[in-house]
Amino acid sequence: MRIEELLNHTGEWLRGTGPSAHIVMSSRVRLARNLADWTFPGKSVKKDLEAVLKVFSEAVGRIEALKGSTLFGMTELDQVDRQMLVERHLMSHEHASNPEGKGLLVTAEEVVSVMINEEDHLRIQVMRSGLNLSEAWDIINAIDDALARELSFAFLPSWGFLTACPTNTGTAMRGSVMMHLPALVMTKQINKVLAAISKLSFASRGFYGEGTQASGNFYQISNQVSLGHSETDIIQNINGLIRQVIEQEEQARQALLLQNKPMLEDKVCRSWGLLKTARIISSQEAIELFSMVRLGLDMGILKHVDHKALNELFIMIQPAHLQKIEAKKLNAFERDTKRAAVIRQKLGGKDV
Amino acid sequence: MTCDICGKKKATVHLTEIVDEQMSEMHLCEECARQKSAQMEQQFGLADLLAGLSDTVKPASSKENEKNPLQCSRCALPYEDFRKFGRLGCSECYTSFKEHLSGLLRKIHGSNKYLGKTPSSFQKENLAASSKEERPLLVVTETLEGLKEQLQSAIAAEDFERAAEIRDKIRNLEQKD
Repeated sequence: MRIEELLNHTGEWLRGTGPSAHIVMSSRVRLARNLADWTFPGKSVKKDLEAVLKVFSEAVGRIEALKGSTLFGMTELDQVDRQMLVERHLMSHEHASNPEGKGLLVTAEEVVSVMINEEDHLRIQVMRSGLNLSEAWDIINAIDDALARELSFAFLPSWGFLTACPTNTGTAMRGSVMMHLPALVMTKQINKVLAAISKLSFASRGFYGEGTQASGNFYQISNQVSLGHSETDIIQNINGLIRQVIEQEEQARQALLLQNKPMLEDKVCRSWGLLKTARIISSQEAIELFSMVRLGLDMGILKHVDHKALNELFIMIQPAHLQKIEAKKLNAFERDTKRAAVIRQKLGGKDV
Repeated sequence: MTCDICGKKKATVHLTEIVDEQMSEMHLCEECARQKSAQMEQQFGLADLLAGLSDTVKPASSKENEKNPLQCSRCALPYEDFRKFGRLGCSECYTSFKEHLSGLLRKIHGSNKYLGKTPSSFQKENLAASSKEERPLLVVTETLEGLKEQLQSAIAAEDFERAAEIRDKIRNLEQKD
């Protein structure tokens, strides 16, 4: 697969269906693994990083579940290409900014990806649409088993999988769920909910991952601990927490309808109108409007909007994607106009 | 608004610092903010921030530290570097820094007992060897009754950190039964 081919579609996890898809956009499980025979990437020289890449790519060739996947060497890609992979949630900013000795494995539908030589030798992730952590775990567990038959992982029976950062030691698993919580934001309950989440040792972040601010009412919630619980226990705990947040959001949505239905409808429909007609739009504004349209769709205020198209726009409107679509460098202003055009086209806005 | 440090670039990062109950605000450009945060990491040590490590590790006398600093037997990462940056160098660091890490892992995760999956290569032949090696960690020296009494007295004394430790021990014992 050439990197340009990624532009023809978006990840399977953006299809907008699955359990609780009206509030949960996607679920992700990731595992960190290190190879016992090499020092961790942060303490390795280029030669060692390249050896790890080679050993991994040979192992992948022998694993049935990873047939048809593509391994990108980070140094073979330019900065925009790498940024595009970050925007698709396939890898971290850190992985893009320091490409030497690093790689990324992606399966055809973008369900599975593996960062090689990020903070740990392997960071395996599986993405699913809706609230579907258990399915994501089943997939990643099978891939991990297959990799463990080929590679010797750093592991101690007493402490589990050994990682560069002790916050990951143990299961080295993080389950996270992307939630859309506009009604909790509008009814000013979100801070209370986030505070409760952090008290329970879960973390919340923005749409674009670690270190990002929440935007457009999207929050990513994930577990923090990786010792003292089994993987399936951790997933059950996250599911339990997420179900409570879903319930809170549903109640807040009903409260909004009861209190001021015309106001809510006005907000949703104006957002829809703006997206279909705007000529210049920043990504921040676009994401805020997407949030309102999505809410309108999930509450039955808007009909005939394609959930999948809306989800795909989150990825397409980001800077590297716009530049790949246009096949040239764009400055900030050019991006804002291109973004508006991409949105109008995707949402079927007539060029009035 | 221009940056408070360099006075040239536009301030985009706004920092509130509280020192000795005095609150001060700083407005910084991205570059100066990055430098400032690097300085702060140096001051506190990332691992300290992670888990309040400093109060669990009793440093040996400083003289002894200078002569024979603790480091990993395989990758030679000094323990001091781990304390500063919060990243280990290789799997052997876990053995070299075992005593320090045991407390740290408990602080981070609320437990230092692994209950997750075991890779197939560790399930058969390796298990016999490793369980022998690991045994000292798992020796049962305390009875359930004894622990429950200790838990009551720790709660009565409002020593909740100790109470949590004892609670974990009780859970571990009960799980074994």
